[in-house]
Parts: sequence; structure tokens; C-alpha cells
Amino acid sequence: MSATNAIEVQDVCLSLGGHTILDAVSFAIPQGSYVGIVGPNGGGKTTLLRIILGLLRPTHGRVAVFGESPFAARRRGNIGYVPQRIAQADIPFPISVEEIVWSGRTPAIGVGNRRSPHDRKFVEEVMDRAKVGHLRHRLVGNLSGGERQRVFIARSLAADPSLLILDEPTTGVDIAAKEEFYALLKTLNADLGLTILFVSHDIEVMTSEVAFVLALNQRLICHCESHKFLSEDTVERLYGKAMQSHPLHLHL
Amino acid sequence: MIPSIFQYEFMILAFIAGIVTAIVAPTMGVFLVIRRYSFMADTLAHVSLAGVTVGFLTGTQPILSAMAVSAITAIWVEELRRKRRVLGDSALSMFLSGGLALAAVLLSASRGLNVNLHSVLFGSIATVNRLDVWIILSLGVAIFLAIVCLYKELSCIAFDEELAETGGVQTRLINHIFVILTAITVSVSMRIVGILLIGALMVIPVTAAMQLSRSFRGTLWIAIALSLLSVIAGLFIAYYVGFSSGGTIVLLSMALFFLANLCKKFVGSP
Repeated sequence: MSATNAIEVQDVCLSLGGHTILDAVSFAIPQGSYVGIVGPNGGGKTTLLRIILGLLRPTHGRVAVFGESPFAARRRGNIGYVPQRIAQADIPFPISVEEIVWSGRTPAIGVGNRRSPHDRKFVEEVMDRAKVGHLRHRLVGNLSGGERQRVFIARSLAADPSLLILDEPTTGVDIAAKEEFYALLKTLNADLGLTILFVSHDIEVMTSEVAFVLALNQRLICHCESHKFLSEDTVERLYGKAMQSHPLHLHL
Repeated sequence: MIPSIFQYEFMILAFIAGIVTAIVAPTMGVFLVIRRYSFMADTLAHVSLAGVTVGFLTGTQPILSAMAVSAITAIWVEELRRKRRVLGDSALSMFLSGGLALAAVLLSASRGLNVNLHSVLFGSIATVNRLDVWIILSLGVAIFLAIVCLYKELSCIAFDEELAETGGVQTRLINHIFVILTAITVSVSMRIVGILLIGALMVIPVTAAMQLSRSFRGTLWIAIALSLLSVIAGLFIAYYVGFSSGGTIVLLSMALFFLANLCKKFVGSP
């Protein structure tokens, strides 16, 4: 219904130390979409996410998140983010699952304010949705990769975002947990209308899970529906010819 | 019957200053430790020595001059870290030596001054006066109130700074407030534990608490309890045996750390 796109990227370029990382990337993601970014290592996937999150400024071009700058969107708590390798990261200090999830609610509560009954209800719902309620008193450092992944999803949902950004979300997560994880993303997209954007090197996941694929290797190679993505031309342009002889080793 | 120790005003003052120190040092320490910024306390303490010397030279209250110099340094270090111009730990190491060097130069330039260096370095219960206690008490209350107001934000940044930033927490502002609070904590703790041992009181009780706790909040409360125990017992021992207060307090907190570690080994990790 709304005419605003969740993300608009216009002619974004980024060079670091004379190297071009992103070259004239433009696309728009309508609200409520489920989109994956795929591409080779060093192709600029994580860099693009960091620009959308406002953690990096592009050398050239413009990014809008819900029609605003990424900084303004962040301030409003519009963006939920699950960074790379969070499922494997070493957490050497004692912190409970509940504390991690509540930390995601911080900006929504506001400086100097205490938790309201509404905050408590919301965080409970989020923990139920991500199925981490029974883990609430456990130390995050002692959880499995899959459990930890769900904890960080709950954390990112606690601020009630409209956009969820995930970077290589299933690294270090076993196959069963992976399936459960993608099922969770699908319900978040379908039930809450959450716009989801995630980066993965896993082409199989891209074609089976998401609705749209952005193929990125410095430039945007294609922005298409996922079932069209496997047309040989796109994969070849994305990864180069070498990949065609080893199609099963696409862990780039 | 009042124990004889409390018949002396200086001991009552030392206990008030000690209890304030025992509460605020590990409270700030818990954030420093999990951010891997423990060395910040030591750096600011060494810089404080230059601040104390400036205080003696200009006739200002040493606690206040130490606080001003270490707050300026704290902001400087934090900006260097944020802009990633210098690696965090090398910035700290540089300022630690720089602060000590400045103190050495200022002390040598003021040969005529009668500065009791030993009590500044290792803490002393006999030199705490009423004005000190008023300053320590009011700064201590200010630190505690600031932490109560900013607890959510401080812990959110400590768990993961980038996640806090993308979630909409004003990380730069909160980080500046955080390092200034650390600087104030250092100057508050200076009298009782001494400049060379402040870092220990901010770090050791926290590390001991981490062996026993099952949550971040739990770590904070256990750390405060262990630190209170070390400071109160340390002051008694310092009075009756005549040991240095700072040294005794830090050795006691080390002993508590080893006990906590043993507990973890035999009872199992939490």
C-alpha cells in the first residue's frame, strides 16, 4: 500500500585506498520483500550492508531507508541487524539470554526510563517467536550455534524494526538448525510483513528461500526473481567461467 | 562499645572514603573489563599522578586537578580509538608512559614541595581529611546516579558496540560520558588505594565475580560485594598491623579471586 521503498540505493560507489569495492550500484527494495544478496568473496556484499546500515559512507551515491538517511532510520529503531559470525563469536563474559534480548530493546525504552509493562510484553512475545523463552537464564556463551543465532534474532526484533538485515546468518549452524532458522525468517516475513535482506554465499539457499536475488560483484549483475537467477548467464557473469566445471563447490 | 578503631576521626573518614571507592570502582570496572578496556583505569591513574602534581604546584585540591587531567586524557584516548588512528591498547600504553613522564618532570621541577609520594602511589588512610571525604562522597554519588540512569545504554554498548550503534543507541555521546565517569572514579579511588593500585580494584573483583556469576547483573552485584569485603577487611588490617591500605586491599581481592576460581573448579562452571 505504502509507496515508500524499504531500501533505495542510487548509484552507490565506494573506493578504499584506490580499489573499487562497489561501482555504480542502484536498486530498490519494496517494503515487505524477502531479498538475498549473493556474490563472490570480496564482491562487496558486506560492504553494501554496512553502507545501508550507515556504518560506512559511500564515496558517491545515495542510500535511503524508509525514505530517510540510514542514520535517521537507525535512530528510530527501524533496522534490526544480525552481524556475521555472531553464532560462533567468543563471548567470554557471563551474560544471560534474557539480558542479550533486552539489550536490543534499549533504544526503544529511552535514556533514563525503566521497562514498562508494554516493553515486558513485547520482549516476551519476541522471545516466544524466536523460541528462546526456555533458554532465558542460560549463559549465551554456553549455547549451540543455532540457539545463539535465534537469540540474536530475538535481540534484533526486540526494538520492533521494520527491516531485518542479516550477514551470512547460518555460518557455524548445523543443517537442522539452518532449516528451522529459515522457517523462522519466512514467518517473520509473512506474518509481520518484515522486510528481510540477507547476505549469503549459499546459492542453494538463495534459490529455495528468498523471493528476489541481488547478484553483486562490484557491480550489480542482476536483480531478479530467485527462480530466474539460476539461468547460466547470471551465474557465469557472477563467478566467472571456472565455476561451471565445479558447480557443486559454490562456497565462494 | 565502639571499637577503638572508630575513636579516631581519620579512621571514620577513611572508612567512608573506602566504602564509596569499593562501590564505584568495580561498578565502572565491570564495563571496562567486558569491553577489554581494563588498561584504561591504569592509564588514567598514571596520568592522575601528573594531575596531582599540578594540584600541588598550583595549590588546587589534588583530587580535582587529577580528575580534570584524567578526564581530558580519557576523551583524547577515546577519540583516537574511535577514529582508529591508533590501536586502542597502544594509545593507552602511550598515555600511561606520557602521564608518568610529565609527573616526573613536574616533580623534579618542584623540588621545594613536600609531596608525600608514597601515600599518593600506594594509598594512605592517615592522610584523608574532611574536605577529601566530602569531595569523594559527592563524586561517588554522582557516578552512581549516572550509572543508574545509563545502565541500559552502557551495558548495551559493552555487549556489542556495533549492534548498539545500528540499533539506534547514541554510542559516541555515551562513550564520552563513560570515559569521563572512569576518570572521576580513578580520582575518587586515589586516596584509599593509591594511584598504582586503582586499576586492580576496578578489575580484580570483577574478574573474580565473573567466575561465579550467571548473568551480567549478577557479575556487577558480586563484584561490589567482593570489593566491599576487601576494602573493609583491608582497612582493619591496615589500621591494626600498619600495612599500606592500598596494598592490603589489593592482596585481599587477589585472594578472593583465587577462592572464586577454586569454587568454579570444584563446584563447576555456572
